[in-house]
Amino acid sequence: MLTKRIIPCLDVKDNRVVKGVNFLNLRDAGDPVELGARYSDTGADELVFLDITATIRSRKTIVELVERVAENVFIPFTVGGGIQTVEQIDELLRSGAEKVSVNTAAVGNPNLLTEASQRFGNQCVVLAIDARRSKERPGKWQVCVKAGSEPTDIDVIEWAAKGEELGAGEILLTSMDADGTKAGYDNELNKAVTDAVNIPVIASGGAGILEHLYDAIIDGGVDAVLMASITHFGNYTIRQMKEYLASRGIAVNL
Amino acid sequence: MIVVIDYNIGNVKSVCNAFRHIGCEVELSCEPQAVKDADGIVLPGVAAFGYAVSALGALAELIKEVALSGKPLLGICVGYQMLFDKSSEYGRHDGLGLICGNVVPIPPGRVIPHMGWNLVELPEDMDLFARLGSEKHFYFAHSFYAEVADSQARVAFADYGFDLPASVQKANIYGTQFHPEKSGKTGLKILENFAQICRQKNPT
Repeated sequence: MLTKRIIPCLDVKDNRVVKGVNFLNLRDAGDPVELGARYSDTGADELVFLDITATIRSRKTIVELVERVAENVFIPFTVGGGIQTVEQIDELLRSGAEKVSVNTAAVGNPNLLTEASQRFGNQCVVLAIDARRSKERPGKWQVCVKAGSEPTDIDVIEWAAKGEELGAGEILLTSMDADGTKAGYDNELNKAVTDAVNIPVIASGGAGILEHLYDAIIDGGVDAVLMASITHFGNYTIRQMKEYLASRGIAVNL
Repeated sequence: MIVVIDYNIGNVKSVCNAFRHIGCEVELSCEPQAVKDADGIVLPGVAAFGYAVSALGALAELIKEVALSGKPLLGICVGYQMLFDKSSEYGRHDGLGLICGNVVPIPPGRVIPHMGWNLVELPEDMDLFARLGSEKHFYFAHSFYAEVADSQARVAFADYGFDLPASVQKANIYGTQFHPEKSGKTGLKILENFAQICRQKNPT
């Protein structure tokens, strides 16, 4: 049986993990490589590294980071943030990333998803969607781009379905309404998207307690749950999350 | 020395990193002489099948030749799928034909790609799984799979709502649909076992 995945997310700026990290006995809590290796050793199923600066200057830094992570981490990891071209995807995959996530660039140039999937296979093309509840259209969500700062008229459910059709192999779905609240994932959003697509969906934004992970999997129908602060700050270890899910009958890789 | 085939495609470095991590000498190369001299060869791959086959180009014949001469060969993911006869991913493509069978889409009715950690039942008589116990989780990421039709091949299966072939062994030819280099400590043991197989075939 395929297990549900627990995915810690590391936001990286200038080669450091930001948002603060405060768990285990790390020599250097801000080093993405050391943190990634620790997560790998303590049972994370996968990792996501997001380059939150995503400038031309940071591009080189992130490639070097991917190389260093790949030398030390033997679980899959996704890299995202500011990726615009097939050549950049190629460089990151070659440097050791398993998957690359695209967001703003795919909205501007949906063909990027097709080009990338035909060349690398769709399993390494992740479509990241930042979703916000629409004020104008109740019950709908709108796609936001440029790190969530710019709302568009695009409907999230339609975009997710189109993304699958174009070649995305997975959706990383962040609820901007839930993100940072620790009040739980937006499972209405998760359910609407998982009903609309047949590719795996990763829920992101809102994890605060263990029950939230269960709810996203059962109510939201997602294949994986992503979290940052509840694990970085040591509220829960990966093992605690997995033991909790297993105790409630969810298949996990313990 | 294990040679990882360098054919200008994603993921080759990860495989080298994993072998180095377990203290195994490994060389990334596309030189025919290095392939011929290797104790064992690894054909990795993160790519669409057609792209991978065309990227392999003339190396395909050499790999077939050394595999048929008895040198241990390990194919991973698309490198594993290329061991078979044909694939229908984005068009029709010929594989290496070392193991009988075709690469076909995962049947509908489940989430595709098959992505994540799936339990695999480990047959006792498959060398890659030596000392690993009866079942373990491995990391998969694929939309196509090999329908094994080779009576000489041993097969390990994963349950993904159907019996999904997860690994094959036919004489000195090995393959895993999953990524041992990305399957944590259990995956590294698979690579150790392959290194051990190579040492046994090439005693110093």
